[in-house]
Amino acid sequence: MKLSKIVIATAVVAAGAAGVATNAFAQAKEQFFPLLSYRTGPYAPNGTPWANGKQDYIKMINARDGGINGVKLTFEECETGYMTDRGVECYERLKSRPGVTVFDPQATGITFALTEKAPVDKIPLMTLGYGLSVSQDGMAFKWNFPLMGSYWTGADILIQHIGKNAGGLDKLKGKKITLVYHDSPFGKEPIPLLQERAKMHGFELQLLPVTAPGVEQKATWLQVRKDRPDYVLLWGWGVMNSTALKEAQATGYPRDKMYGVWWAGAEPDVRDVGDGAKGYHALALNGHGTQSKVMQDILKYVHDKGQGTGPKDEVGSVLYTRGVIIQMLSVEAVRRAQEHFGKGKVMTGEQVRWGLENLALDQKRLDALGFNDVIRPISTSCSDHMGSTWARVHTWDGKNWKMSSDWYQADEQIIKPMVKTGADKYLADKKMQRRDVKDCQSPGQASS
Amino acid sequence: MFYRENGQFKTSYRADQQIFPIAQDRIVVLALVAAAFVLVPMLASDYFYRAILIPLVIMSMAALGVNILVGYCGQISLGSGAFMAVGAYGAFNFFVRFPGMPLVPALILGGLCATFFGILFGLPSLRVRGLYLAVATLAAQFFSDWMFLRIKWLTNNSDSGSVSVNDLQVLGMPIESAMSKYLFCLALLVVVALLAKNLVRGAIGREWMAIRDMDVAAAVIGIRPMFAKLSAFAVSSFIIGMAGALWAFVHLGSWEPAAFSVEVSFKLLFMVIIGGLGSIMGSFFGAAFIVVLPIFLNQFLPGFLDLFGIEISTAGLSHAELMIFGALIVWFLIVEPHGLAKLWSTAKQKLRVWPFPH
Repeated sequence: MKLSKIVIATAVVAAGAAGVATNAFAQAKEQFFPLLSYRTGPYAPNGTPWANGKQDYIKMINARDGGINGVKLTFEECETGYMTDRGVECYERLKSRPGVTVFDPQATGITFALTEKAPVDKIPLMTLGYGLSVSQDGMAFKWNFPLMGSYWTGADILIQHIGKNAGGLDKLKGKKITLVYHDSPFGKEPIPLLQERAKMHGFELQLLPVTAPGVEQKATWLQVRKDRPDYVLLWGWGVMNSTALKEAQATGYPRDKMYGVWWAGAEPDVRDVGDGAKGYHALALNGHGTQSKVMQDILKYVHDKGQGTGPKDEVGSVLYTRGVIIQMLSVEAVRRAQEHFGKGKVMTGEQVRWGLENLALDQKRLDALGFNDVIRPISTSCSDHMGSTWARVHTWDGKNWKMSSDWYQADEQIIKPMVKTGADKYLADKKMQRRDVKDCQSPGQASS
Repeated sequence: MFYRENGQFKTSYRADQQIFPIAQDRIVVLALVAAAFVLVPMLASDYFYRAILIPLVIMSMAALGVNILVGYCGQISLGSGAFMAVGAYGAFNFFVRFPGMPLVPALILGGLCATFFGILFGLPSLRVRGLYLAVATLAAQFFSDWMFLRIKWLTNNSDSGSVSVNDLQVLGMPIESAMSKYLFCLALLVVVALLAKNLVRGAIGREWMAIRDMDVAAAVIGIRPMFAKLSAFAVSSFIIGMAGALWAFVHLGSWEPAAFSVEVSFKLLFMVIIGGLGSIMGSFFGAAFIVVLPIFLNQFLPGFLDLFGIEISTAGLSHAELMIFGALIVWFLIVEPHGLAKLWSTAKQKLRVWPFPH
């Protein structure tokens, strides 16, 4: 190759890079939302609607309300591909933008890595329905917010539901429950709670890991066929879920004995399996459908104007709605922070953290926001960074997800001591102290 | 004109055998190292450190280790990710189980764990080679994936298999800020690179290269294949293990086994192939290519396409990134199968005879 060509190519590339660097930073009164997402890789089918929902809600708030009390919302997406190192790169890239608000890493692995970094940079991490279960303890994890539920609350609710349907939790004695899980921190998180419940009710817990990304499950299901468990809990994500359902169908395991976590209960998981997944249950962290006011607004202000991020018929699907909820909660956190620190100002990460810690969304407020029957009221505090543990169970009827249970709440008596022990162990490992109670009482100073 | 060696006479073996026999090279390399230590800290931003420089420095070290095994000794390995993982978790165990364990000894002990693991999985190299060996070392990868997910003791009984470290310091100096992390990794890289360069120039390195070029002939002239191959595995996996420990401790801070998946092994192999097999310099080039290029494309493409009025979605961007990246790899390998290091030496050769090429 000619040397001159290389030189020219390098020069062109360098010139382009300089151009990018200069035009990227124009700033005004804007609250910036960094959006980590994955639209490629084995988790893309689920990652995409999730990411679209987050974007559309921001666009809707800008179009309908003109931002939060006059502060415009901006965002930039960064593709992680569910890989930890790319996620860290995205975080580093976006964290120093002016007006940066809150990170939702969208992946358990990235959450673990960022949990170490967020306190240093003073940016809150929001992990709605995933992440570290023990980070519910806000006195130990000042910057983590596993809002609305963790894997422990999810597992707990599933056992409650199974017990109720069996005619009481004591009927679980001697039953066999198998956990088919993604072999990663994501899949392993529920195990301690299930073991605790197994001890309490005397059921037998069997653990069957599936190697990531989860397309190879033949051996797992042969094991299921051999053991004939009474129930199978599915802890999967992305392609793993539909594969598991197809394997269950091939094995002849009854789908109505299968219960998925809320990450295994969306349209992409079952659509390809169609009738084969009929009767399969999964946790529903949120309601779905387009009848709620917020979805109508998104359709009206965003999609009808041709500004929608994804296809229009995806609006209101399970994961899309979850994305909208995540974005709503972070917007409400900013709003709450503004009420305290000054309306119409751009909030810093620390101020948003205070907002996340003092969320108080009652039914009236949710109705006003257009989230009636989508989620239950949620209110956080210094010691409780989760806010609520409500979830329902829904069932796939071959075409749609239909709610098939009432709302459940995780059993505090079991979760609380586990969270406390786990958080204490974490603090001891890190040689850190619990937050002082004063740290909660004087929020004004914490935010200076 | 400026880059030529006439007039530079070597009057001793010492002078003749030095790493950079041309004075200009010595000056440039020393200036580069000095710039990396002094100039970069004055200029780099936090993002530049954490997202580009630190990964680059650590991956260069890992690629150096892989290059010793693959490039110098000819033992193709797909288990590099596993060696990194063993280094990381080894160092982690020493770090958390022994109170007051300093960082550097923990890293070295982690490297030694990887050495042991590397020798163990290097044993098949005594019987098989080439593709067969590649597959055999792949076993190391799967074994380590299994091991760190299953054996709870290795992760300090963490429920999820994810572990983290904090409070890193060297001789009382905290390794917390981006700059201190970078300087720490860079210092280690310089030491390791110097050691590696001297190893491959010495008797051991020549044994490795003899084995690589024709192992039967090497055995005939008195080189012990067992010693040569296993020592290559040992040295290489020590360096890779150290790099793995740095990746986990310094770069990620908190990690799970998936951080060292088979994908990392492939990436490392690509680094040495693209950078240049059997070249210390090539390891740096290869690491730069694989680490920096995707990030660069990711940030450069939207602005570039914007100039032509094209808007690109995040998904489209990451697909384009993969396509361009793949195309560039193929293009590079066709244009220069000996890697970026060879391009570099061609450039130097041209400069040497410029302006009178012959």
